[in-house]
Amino acid sequence: MAEVKLHGIWFSPFLYRVIWALKLKGISYEYIEEDLSNKSPLLLQYNPVHKKIPVLVHSRKPICESMIIIEYIEEKWPQTPLLPSDPYERAKARFWVKFVEEKAPAIWSLYRSTGEEQKKALKDSSEMLKILEEQGLGEKKFFGGDTIGIVDIAFGVIAHWFGVFEEIVEVKVLEAHAFPRLHAWKENFEEVPVIKENLPDRDKMLDYFKKRRMEILSASQ
Amino acid sequence: MAEENKVSLHGFFASPYVRRVDLALKFKGIPYEYVEEDLKNKSSLLLKYNPVHKKVPVLVHNGKPIVESLVILEYIDETWKNGPRFLPEDPYKRAQIRFWASFVHQQVFENMVLILKTDGEAQEKTVKEVSEKLSLLEEGIKSIFPEGIPIINQENVGLLDILIVSTFGSYKAQEEVLGLKLIDPEKTSPLLFSRLKALLELHVVKGALPPHEKVVGALKFMRQNALNSASV
Repeated sequence: MAEVKLHGIWFSPFLYRVIWALKLKGISYEYIEEDLSNKSPLLLQYNPVHKKIPVLVHSRKPICESMIIIEYIEEKWPQTPLLPSDPYERAKARFWVKFVEEKAPAIWSLYRSTGEEQKKALKDSSEMLKILEEQGLGEKKFFGGDTIGIVDIAFGVIAHWFGVFEEIVEVKVLEAHAFPRLHAWKENFEEVPVIKENLPDRDKMLDYFKKRRMEILSASQ
Repeated sequence: MAEENKVSLHGFFASPYVRRVDLALKFKGIPYEYVEEDLKNKSSLLLKYNPVHKKVPVLVHNGKPIVESLVILEYIDETWKNGPRFLPEDPYKRAQIRFWASFVHQQVFENMVLILKTDGEAQEKTVKEVSEKLSLLEEGIKSIFPEGIPIINQENVGLLDILIVSTFGSYKAQEEVLGLKLIDPEKTSPLLFSRLKALLELHVVKGALPPHEKVVGALKFMRQNALNSASV
């Protein structure tokens, strides 16, 4: 049985995308916690280009970038498919994955900034959610249909991390009355057993990201 | 059966994103209708097909729109299994190609656009960044082909080759407009450059790239626009 190792950082939504994919398919793996301020030589060897996590190492071959890792996992272990089989439906799923890759940085910008920059991040985040609400989900329970798929996994950051950032910067964006479908999706997503059992502790994250925000803001003064 | 496999591509002649799809269709020998869009006056069809981004390229296959150039390339590869396969069979090699294609798309090309749209110190900084990215890309190409790069022909072009042609194919026009060389064939990018030259010799590529003067004109226009609005 070829070995699977996963390098990550406990609070990273990118890491969790990969964890969910592995868990949904029932793949065992060894988890290695990295220290961002002191990256292991192994990590730097596996991801010399970006020096980031997550990195999946399968039979000693490294794969980087969370969504590329998930496409690899999908191809290597086809059980519990995360992508539809029809090429057009796959293209639609990949479109939404690219959409969140392009737009989600606004969420990070929201907690990292103040003033004008933060106002813009708030605007961009709301616009992203609006498009998802109106054009992404439709009448479906999940982006993947009745069960979660690659798009739901990619959007996990909106389900679990966005709320933490909202709390830290004291804004409320993803509310049920403004985004009824997305709000329902978020609640359904977090009830899926594999997701529910594999989320970083919310209080721990609140604590960590609060401290991190202070560090970032004081460093930029 | 004329209704089966009706393919059209909505694009803009100077867009490297459109070029990627154009090349992919031509490499696979897929007949298609090309629709040139006026980006300042987008057709209602374009807005209907791409309501989220309102951009080109849009591939329409039997009435169904697919958008985002890299997504379109994978769609074409999965739907038409004849001709060159843009992605290899092996999942690990596929992951490697996807990684480097994404790298060229985001890290290299997006910065090249910035170089076109800026001058002075801002431009210098980005030029330096692109040079660093190209060094990484050179290492990447070596890692994909550890036994050396196979000779290119129209049957074995891949996803990364399409990215290389669409990004660097008009390098002479880019150099003329910018007054600087982006690819260094000797020090930084010998493998990339030799791959590019081999690709530019292919019949399909020669037929697909717009004439030098037209590209120079389009690049000059984009640069002027960007610099004018920056100084307002």
